[in-house]
Amino acid sequence: MLEVRGVHKTFYAGTPNEVRSLQGVTLSIAEGSFVIVIGTNGCGKSTLLNAVSGTFLVDAGTIRLDGHDITRWPEYKRAPMIGRVFQNPFSGTSPNLTIAENLALASRRGHRRGLGSIRSDKLMAEMRERVSRLNMGLETRLDDPIGTLSGGQRQALTLMMATWVKPKLLLLDEHTAALDPKSADQVIRLSEEEISRARLTSLMVTHSMQQAVNLGDRLIMMHRGRVLHDFEGAEKRRLRAADLLARFEEVRRADRLDESAAEMLRRVYV
Amino acid sequence: MSLLIGAATIGFILSLLALGVFLSYRIFVFPDITAEGSITLGAGTAAILLVNGVNPWAATAAGWAAGMVAGALTGIIHTRFGVNGLLSGILVMTALYSINLHIMGKSNVPLLSGENFTTYAERLGRSVFGGETVNVAGWEVAARDLSTLIVAGLFVAFIAIVLFAFLRTDLGTAMRATGDNDQMIRASGVNHGNMIVLGLSISNGLVALSGALLAQYQGFADVQMGIGMLVWGLASVIIGEALVGTRQLGYVITGAVMGSVLFRLLVAVALRWGVNPNDLKLITAFFVFVALVLPGLLEKTRQRKRKPVHA
Repeated sequence: MLEVRGVHKTFYAGTPNEVRSLQGVTLSIAEGSFVIVIGTNGCGKSTLLNAVSGTFLVDAGTIRLDGHDITRWPEYKRAPMIGRVFQNPFSGTSPNLTIAENLALASRRGHRRGLGSIRSDKLMAEMRERVSRLNMGLETRLDDPIGTLSGGQRQALTLMMATWVKPKLLLLDEHTAALDPKSADQVIRLSEEEISRARLTSLMVTHSMQQAVNLGDRLIMMHRGRVLHDFEGAEKRRLRAADLLARFEEVRRADRLDESAAEMLRRVYV
Repeated sequence: MSLLIGAATIGFILSLLALGVFLSYRIFVFPDITAEGSITLGAGTAAILLVNGVNPWAATAAGWAAGMVAGALTGIIHTRFGVNGLLSGILVMTALYSINLHIMGKSNVPLLSGENFTTYAERLGRSVFGGETVNVAGWEVAARDLSTLIVAGLFVAFIAIVLFAFLRTDLGTAMRATGDNDQMIRASGVNHGNMIVLGLSISNGLVALSGALLAQYQGFADVQMGIGMLVWGLASVIIGEALVGTRQLGYVITGAVMGSVLFRLLVAVALRWGVNPNDLKLITAFFVFVALVLPGLLEKTRQRKRKPVHA
């Protein structure tokens, strides 16, 4: 379904602030799999998701999705195939538009925007039905601006918008990191339900070791812009939070070794 | 009284300018100074066509279309070439100054004879009211002034309703979301650059339409008439928002029209009281400055008061 091959991305190239975010990421994701991505800060997890969704174009490498080479496609052209939920609960919805208007826009993801009315009775009925399933009491507030809702409610609605039209790929970028624990649980539960119900191919970045071991059928650990570990199948099922922490500790020690080794060499030779 | 009727008529005509500014500034958060060029463009195009005996409907429509092209240009310069929004507007506005002079052939085109919308409205007034003057609440008012006011009001109401309906369509909703959250709208598969080009085009179309009607009402088009128009439009939008007290679409559109009329009435009264006309733009700019800064200041003081509770 998704084929990422040798993708490189450097920000602010040639300046003192140069950041080599992706340094040759190669990754292949089968249809219907639910992949968790973890890694240290700045390891390129979010950059990878943004590269796939087209927030920027990559410097080298190719990205294929559902048989199309989308490497040079602009973001809006990829959007019909990709559903996204962002870390910031405010990113996925338009605050001054009502809940109904936001959902209606999402229900036409990938369609041409015409002069037709955006509210049909059928669509409104479907919205009421789907929104009431969230158990947040929002079905009576469809005509309220979405900006008046809480972060958890907005994130639940963003998830609904991202999956209203079934995407080829669902990208979840630490989408519960900014929520309180209760809302985070609720949004994770909703995500899990929707992914298994619609058999969505998904890529989820998380900082929570608990989510990383409990969810998904494959886990990728990134470090310094590369894929460091890739656990699948039985191996993924056996993983515990402690194992992951041990891997992180390994990475940290290896990093320190690099630095102290460099320091030693410098003292000896320079 | 006839002073107030005249002011209200100009208020209605300029409310199209306010709606255009509302679209660019409030919907797209894009301070589009192209408006200052496109209002003259609309006026000049319509005026020169009318002088050459073109039908008023066609002349007005041509002015409107010219404005749409100007707005689309600003949008294209901004989105396709990545030029800063304000600067794209300034570029097009500056270029329009020369273009307007070319279109008009001289700096001022008077419309002394011939048919135009004002003469239409006046003739309509005479036939409806059946006399030269009408009694309005005890005031003797010229029938042609009153009918021009009513025709302008109806015309603006029609345009405002069309705009409202448009902004609630699929395309219009996508457009509103573009200004609100462009990341979200790209994630919904909408080319947000196209939305900005189309939006600025519609906005400047309205502004130019306003100019075309203004030229016909005041009887001339002048190459300098655009100066300060953006701030006047902003003032109308801000007054309108204060009047309706909500950001809901229908109310805000109504508010922009009401704000424009109220603003012209205030200007008329101020001039009557002896305010120097030269100071008008200074006062307007100061008013818009206060209106832009005041809400933020109030919010800050309110937060400061709340702070000890939150700690």
